[in-house]
Amino acid sequence: MAKTTYREAVRAALREAMRADPRVFLMGEDVGRYGGAFAVSLGLLDEFGPERIRDTPLSESGFLGAGIGAALGGMRPIVEIMTVNFSLLSLDQLVNNAATLRHMSGGQFSVPLVVRMASGGGRSLAAQHSHSFEGWYAHVPGIKVVTPATVADAKGLLLAALTEPDPVVILEHATLYPLEGDDTPDEPMQIGLAAVRRPGQHVTLVTYGGSLPKTLAAADALAKEGIEAEVIDLRTLRPLDIDTVLASVAKTHRAVVVDEMWKTGSFAAEVMAQIMERAFDELDAPVARVCSREVPMPYAKHLEEAALPQAGQIVTAAKGLL
Amino acid sequence: MSIAHRPPHEIALEREHAHELLRQMLVIRHFEEKAAELYAAGKIRGFLHLYIGEEAVAVGAMAALAPEDAIVATYREHGQALARGIPAAAVMAEMYGKANGCSRGRGGSMHMFDATRRFYGGYAIVAGGLPVAVGLALADRMQGRHRVTACFFGEGAVAEGEFHESVNLAALWRLPVLFLCENNLYAMGTALARSESETDIHLKAQNYRVQSEWVDGMDVLAVEAAVARAAASVRRGDGPYFLELRTFRFRAHSMADPELYRTREEVAEWKKRDPIPTFAARLAADGMLTGAELQALEAEAWREVDWAVDEAERGEWEPVEDLERDVYTPR
Ligand SMILES: Cc1ncc(C[n+]2csc(CCOP(=O)(O)OP(=O)(O)O)c2C)c(N)n1
Repeated sequence: MAKTTYREAVRAALREAMRADPRVFLMGEDVGRYGGAFAVSLGLLDEFGPERIRDTPLSESGFLGAGIGAALGGMRPIVEIMTVNFSLLSLDQLVNNAATLRHMSGGQFSVPLVVRMASGGGRSLAAQHSHSFEGWYAHVPGIKVVTPATVADAKGLLLAALTEPDPVVILEHATLYPLEGDDTPDEPMQIGLAAVRRPGQHVTLVTYGGSLPKTLAAADALAKEGIEAEVIDLRTLRPLDIDTVLASVAKTHRAVVVDEMWKTGSFAAEVMAQIMERAFDELDAPVARVCSREVPMPYAKHLEEAALPQAGQIVTAAKGLL
Repeated sequence: MSIAHRPPHEIALEREHAHELLRQMLVIRHFEEKAAELYAAGKIRGFLHLYIGEEAVAVGAMAALAPEDAIVATYREHGQALARGIPAAAVMAEMYGKANGCSRGRGGSMHMFDATRRFYGGYAIVAGGLPVAVGLALADRMQGRHRVTACFFGEGAVAEGEFHESVNLAALWRLPVLFLCENNLYAMGTALARSESETDIHLKAQNYRVQSEWVDGMDVLAVEAAVARAAASVRRGDGPYFLELRTFRFRAHSMADPELYRTREEVAEWKKRDPIPTFAARLAADGMLTGAELQALEAEAWREVDWAVDEAERGEWEPVEDLERDVYTPR
């Protein structure tokens, strides 16, 4: 069977959703003629035309806000922001408007908006194109935050986001776009469920998004030393499926949380806190975490590698708990 | 309290219509006076931005818009809410924070919403409503509907990036947005000339190739006529339109403002152009308003305000158990 890339899986979801529902459209910088900064929407302009594959000027706040308005007006917009760093220019619209309108209007208005953006480091793009802020988004009630880490999830969770009545932010880790996989779903998956990507009984490794491949590599390395790590992919950060994490911790009694945010205030901190609150008595060791070093992302490859979490550090952290 | 939408060609002034415009301005004026009193009494909390002095803008504009049009407003939106026809009781109850308020008490003075009247809210981030208005218009365009999204904002908003992004998008895509800039000359304590290199606000829109003009915002008929004309152009599909409505707020920016930045004389000068007595005088001079009629309209306005206060007083508080209701849409 032909392999599908993560990029193609996102594109397939876009194409299928747009064929199935005339209300769905994509807008963002260079999504049309250029084919998408990460080539996700390549070819879609030919099929759907410039009204529905809508190139925007450089105005993140303006067109994300226009996505909110279009959602209020009965459309199903998908807004693409090139990278999470640029999404900071549209935080106002997302946090102050999209996330609040339902509650602040006393339940009168919903905003069925999907916002996709690339995130994360590892591509030698230095300190204005490489960061991870998913925890900031996950902090905000009123939006849902999805971090697909596999080819199947890239499609299935985007299709799911388009069935949600409320704003969904999807962070696509940019190093995942070339990732290959076999199967992609035909139906939407469900947002809000974590997955056990590898079973094990000695230690739980919790991660999501771009850190999943590294965490699975760490689990392979641990297995060679006779340590069976259970790898949990959170998939959705808000709402967080903590029960799947707790069930694993109840079995392994040890946990390492891995993410690419800076350690201070990382999303890992939230996961650790919830394990501590809800499963303290299960723990045989303090919960550990592996996150990015506290520096703006450097350009030089060796420095960037040193700044980002790596499989070796995950192995060391896991062994430190045993 | 909204009045039936009248196509622009019918705007030759009729007595009944003139009285309705005057009545609406009186309701807003007295509603706001009452709100100030209730704020002092601790019934209304938080920020309270009064519309006194600017009534002609909301009343004139709403008279020229149709029920199918959408409204996006700011935190200074009591006048728009009332003129759009949200019952005064629902607006007042919202300011009390009661569950019978038009946003169930979650929004307060700055965040009025009403889905049935396509009132898409008061936005308290300066310029934050403009992109949303652009999107509402985009949805209409993409779905082949010929209606207008009217977006109110103060002149302070034109300094924000979101203003420029929004006007450009609306112009680029020829969207049916009617930009209504309420130029009351002060953004909190910052006079227009202290914040803008070009103080002729409507010229900014022309740089985006948007049709624009300025209007005397103290003259309800001038506002109504200009908005009717502009809305007709937008409805026809001629792209966005921009009106700068020159007005003045007679009161402080909010209840917390000691007004150190302007003189009493300046305010007094503008009060000579108060949109309510000037309109009443003009009607009287034209033989369209008697003293008794004016008194009756005054009394009617006060009755509406009193009713609003009674309803707000009578309203229930939303139960705390419902605090987290509607963070997400129930499925
Ligand atoms: C983005 C943002 N910055 C600052 C404020 C604080 N603020 C509230 S109202 C206001 C002045 C706005 O003036 P203008 O747009 O002219 O409207 P007006 O209050 O005169 O109706 C300011 C600075 C805010 N609400 N939002």
